[in-house]
Amino acid sequence: MGNKIVQEKENVPVLSVEELSVSFNMYQKGLRRENLEVLHKLSLSIHAGEILAVAGASGSGKSILAHAVLGILPGNASTRGRMLYKGQPLTEKEKRRLRGREIAFIPQSVDYLDPLMRVGRQVMGVRGTKERQRELFGKYGLEEGTEKKFPSMLSGGMARRVLIASALMEEASLIVADEPTPGLSKELAEETLQNFRELADAGCAVILITHDIDLAFRAADKIAVFYAGTIVEIAPAKDFRAGKEALRHPYSRAFLEALPQNEFRPLKGFQPYAGKLPKGCLFAERCSERSGMCMGEIPMRKVRGAEVRCVHAR
Amino acid sequence: MKKCNTRTRVMIYIGFASVYLLGIFFWGLFMPESGYDVNYADKLLPPGSGHLFGTDFMGRDMLMRSVKGISVSLLTAALAAGISSVIALAFGVTAAVFGGRLDSFVNWCVDLFMGIPHLVLLILISFMLGRGAKGVTAAVAFTHWPELTRVVRAEVISVRSSQYVRAAYKMGKSRFSVAWGHVIPHVLPVYLVGVILLFPHAVMHEASITFLGFGLPAEEPAIGVILSESMKYIAMGKWWLMLFPGLMLLLAVMLFDIIGENLKRLWNPDSGNE
Amino acid sequence: MQDKSSEGLAAGNISFRYGKSADWILRGINLTVKPGERVGLIGPSGCGKSTLARIIAGYERPLEGEVLLNGSPLPKKGYCPVQMIYQHPEQAVNPRWKMEKILCEAWTPDAELLKDMGIEREWLKRWPAELSGGELQRFLIARVLGPQTRFLVCDEISTMLDVITQAQVWEILLKAAERQELGMLVVTHNMALAKRVCTRIVSLPEINGAEYR
Repeated sequence: MGNKIVQEKENVPVLSVEELSVSFNMYQKGLRRENLEVLHKLSLSIHAGEILAVAGASGSGKSILAHAVLGILPGNASTRGRMLYKGQPLTEKEKRRLRGREIAFIPQSVDYLDPLMRVGRQVMGVRGTKERQRELFGKYGLEEGTEKKFPSMLSGGMARRVLIASALMEEASLIVADEPTPGLSKELAEETLQNFRELADAGCAVILITHDIDLAFRAADKIAVFYAGTIVEIAPAKDFRAGKEALRHPYSRAFLEALPQNEFRPLKGFQPYAGKLPKGCLFAERCSERSGMCMGEIPMRKVRGAEVRCVHAR
Repeated sequence: MKKCNTRTRVMIYIGFASVYLLGIFFWGLFMPESGYDVNYADKLLPPGSGHLFGTDFMGRDMLMRSVKGISVSLLTAALAAGISSVIALAFGVTAAVFGGRLDSFVNWCVDLFMGIPHLVLLILISFMLGRGAKGVTAAVAFTHWPELTRVVRAEVISVRSSQYVRAAYKMGKSRFSVAWGHVIPHVLPVYLVGVILLFPHAVMHEASITFLGFGLPAEEPAIGVILSESMKYIAMGKWWLMLFPGLMLLLAVMLFDIIGENLKRLWNPDSGNE
Repeated sequence: MQDKSSEGLAAGNISFRYGKSADWILRGINLTVKPGERVGLIGPSGCGKSTLARIIAGYERPLEGEVLLNGSPLPKKGYCPVQMIYQHPEQAVNPRWKMEKILCEAWTPDAELLKDMGIEREWLKRWPAELSGGELQRFLIARVLGPQTRFLVCDEISTMLDVITQAQVWEILLKAAERQELGMLVVTHNMALAKRVCTRIVSLPEINGAEYR
């Protein structure tokens, strides 16, 4: 009986996002303003022990999802839909309470650190301890004396490890990492991803936001491919490793084709802008399989054990 | 619910504040002395239809005196902002562009001025120059530059070391065209906001040292004089002598703050969409 | 008559460190890029790749050694034939300028080039903040493709881009380099990318006399 409860509890996703839409109130010319929807009815969930990579071009809404989860969207943003954290509604108030404790954020760059404070002190934050900071610095190969440095004195790789360490000061159950790898050498990037793997194995849920699909599919369990504010495909990472045929959406396939170790072939055209989105399938303009069916509403559907937003997927 | 457009609201704030302040300034500037003539028949009248703010112990209309007083303060503040901002610009730019010893010297001056409590410095200078209108104006004018100098210096340094400025030099742009195209447009908005935010400080400081008796002489209709006179009457229940001029001073100071803060929001490219 | 052997962009015996008592970052580096050649500079993070790139592009002065363009030092004034493209395009544009002004700061690219670069007419009227990294990067490439440019130093220019945009940007850049016979120094940590775009690959730790820790 008790076992069953535990099991059910484990089946509740750490985070589930249901039909989330985010729009920004932006100025157009002069004093006129307009409402731009940048995320459209987005749904996803992540369980403990999982790494979910969110991949896509810049401007596809990856970071906005992260900011929405953390409750750090700018003042001109409004959201619809709902988010559940361990089955409980994740309200703005809850986000504020959990942020930095149970929900940790690893930002993109050291610009998020205070340039005038030594990193050791900074990593400790308000509630951390010296011992934990030493332990984490040791774990991430930050040599003695790093804690005495200022953020500007760190190299890219060291900075990244400092940021990871500061996110882990407290036991987090959900980690959101925004582009943690660019600028790192292959070894360091792999090492960083290995760190995430260990965190996930220890029971964390990790959302890894990245434009580097190459690294994403080696580290993650599931990959959500973003395009123009929607998810076009959520598939197990092994499908990405298996190659083009295993994937369902033409955009996901184009990702693989563009990798330098594969064909290095760029897909023509650009991601459409929020506010100038085409009707129907957002990807249709760039798609070789486009047909009349693409003009309608394109729902997310299950194809070969994964979700895809394409009427042609088989 | 339809939210009011922030940019429009910012413009309205700035507009109203500017109109009010300019209005008071010119009203006071061109006010004939007859506006606040002595009239013993009407002394110490409470606020009413004839005298909106009441009258003082010599029967002078308090509204007119207050307006004139604020106007005098604004004139002093304008002089202070003018002189201090020029000093700040010269010092800040010199320090940032030439660096080295000049930079150290400017920083030393800034630290020196900021190290002495501002009010003490004002009193010292005013006293040295024989008090009166000349003393207070000079004191206020020559002590408001250090903060702004720091701001200008930091902004110039930051824009000069930015990648786009360095790239511009590599693309063969002359110093003049970099200054005109990149540096000035970056520094000017910050500088102008800084100058406007000097006004409330200067107004307050002029009023303070006059109130303390180191500033404008008692016969001048200055806001500091009015407030210090009113102190004597407050125990007699003549509250209006203190309340209305005090509120007007507060309002003037707050309006400058509003203009400055709103201009900051308007000119900052990052906060433009909030 | 110019000596053929001095042709190209040459870093001779370069050494560099920040501050007098700091560890050397670069020590005795020799590296030459010939016109039309694309040299990939690879190495782990923090090994000094970007510093060397900045020195070769003339943004930083080496403590020892010199950078020579066809046998003479880089010009201090006027348009520099060695131009640089950066990792963070948003830092290399004035946020208060519209894209058209940014694009034409040094020269005026013709409509055909813009079409080749995949720059849409409509983008010219925008502010930098309204474009994505990949779109901005196209502008920064077009900006330095002026007729006087002989060499390009590319410092991790596609690191912040998604792979599709990366492939797009490099397709454009390689075409332009071919057409203008540009020499290129390509700093990257991505070996697969270096193999794709470079004619020769140099590992910085192997030519660096300074110990990388």
